[in-house]
Amino acid sequence: MIDPVILFFIFGLSAGLLRSELRLPPAIYDLVSIMLLLTIGMKGGIELAKQPFLELLPQMLVVIGLGILLPLIAFPLLRYLGRFSRVDAASIAAHYGSVSMGTFAVAVAYMSARGIYYEEQMPLFVVMLEIPAILVGIVIAKGFSKQTNWAQVGHEVLLGKSIILMIGGLLIGWIAGAEQLASIKPLFFDLFKGILALFLLEMGLITSKHVGSLKKYGVFLIVFGISMPMLSAVLGAATGCLLDFSVGGTAMLAILAASASYIAVPAAMRISVPEANPTLSLAASLGITFPFNVVIGIPIYYAMAEYIHAFFGA
Amino acid sequence: MSDNIKKLLTIVTEAALENILIKDIERLGAQGYTITDARGKGGRGSRSAAWDANGNIRIEVVSDAAIASQIASHLKETYYDNYAMILFMSDVEVIRPEKF
Repeated sequence: MIDPVILFFIFGLSAGLLRSELRLPPAIYDLVSIMLLLTIGMKGGIELAKQPFLELLPQMLVVIGLGILLPLIAFPLLRYLGRFSRVDAASIAAHYGSVSMGTFAVAVAYMSARGIYYEEQMPLFVVMLEIPAILVGIVIAKGFSKQTNWAQVGHEVLLGKSIILMIGGLLIGWIAGAEQLASIKPLFFDLFKGILALFLLEMGLITSKHVGSLKKYGVFLIVFGISMPMLSAVLGAATGCLLDFSVGGTAMLAILAASASYIAVPAAMRISVPEANPTLSLAASLGITFPFNVVIGIPIYYAMAEYIHAFFGA
Repeated sequence: MSDNIKKLLTIVTEAALENILIKDIERLGAQGYTITDARGKGGRGSRSAAWDANGNIRIEVVSDAAIASQIASHLKETYYDNYAMILFMSDVEVIRPEKF
């Protein structure tokens, strides 16, 4: 059974490919993304308030380790199998090491529609996973070069729109708690699926613009855009198992690992590694990986998590 | 009156550069600038401004000829290689010269 929000994505994608004039007004798209990120953040914050923060620290470190590992795996594949230049390979690797908030939002909807439990700290892990890959990508591309303005990179990365909204939501949820948030629940929590549908409609339209540029870059990028997330998902699921997560939590970590950034990383790379071709990374992460993950990947990664648990679980 | 003739430097470039360019422009002595979102097509493909990372901006700076050409050559050196950017300059007659 296909989720209606996915149909919105396919609708947007088809309309875009048919060159329809359809387009969500930019301000609405902004609002819709803001609402999604705040809602996800608040959901996590409410649950986080119930458990001691210090217990999460070791998990957070492991997740950061995963965020460093993923681009280090992607880079040699791109550089030596794909024959991309060093800067391009580093930039694409950073995209694939980082996460996509949109994919995470769809995963949240997928889990809640099926009543699947997952560990509440996931939104925190989204933030943890988003950052390291960007820094690793910059270092691979340029070394610890003095040219890189690290203060500026730090500002760009930590105060990027998606991270700041997610952290803001987490803190609001944490401080206010479920009872206090009941007053704004109708706008954020009850409308979540509807907002997600609008978001995915626009994502479909945006994706359609990148599908076209794929032709220019050849088959390798397409193969990479599907096989890299599968590989990352295996590593994510293994990490989830290692951390003793539930099947839902393991699947979530697999999905996060599989997703590729298309907002935070492109912006950071444009500033820090300007020699890298931005349309190349976006063609892969938006043109292939995002649609693949959202439509086909999430159920696969969930099955993967079940499989791993059946084998290694208690 | 020649006193009222200033240079208008127009920069059309990627939105990603906005914060950096503002710092450059202020450091090089301009008193102010105006930024608008822009759309168009050029050597690096069409930029539809459909979303943040793909957006274009147009920055306009009115200043003395000396400052304007200093900004222009700095931008040319620093950003031309790797960013979508065009610059053009024209003479403008300003109404309140003390502002520039």
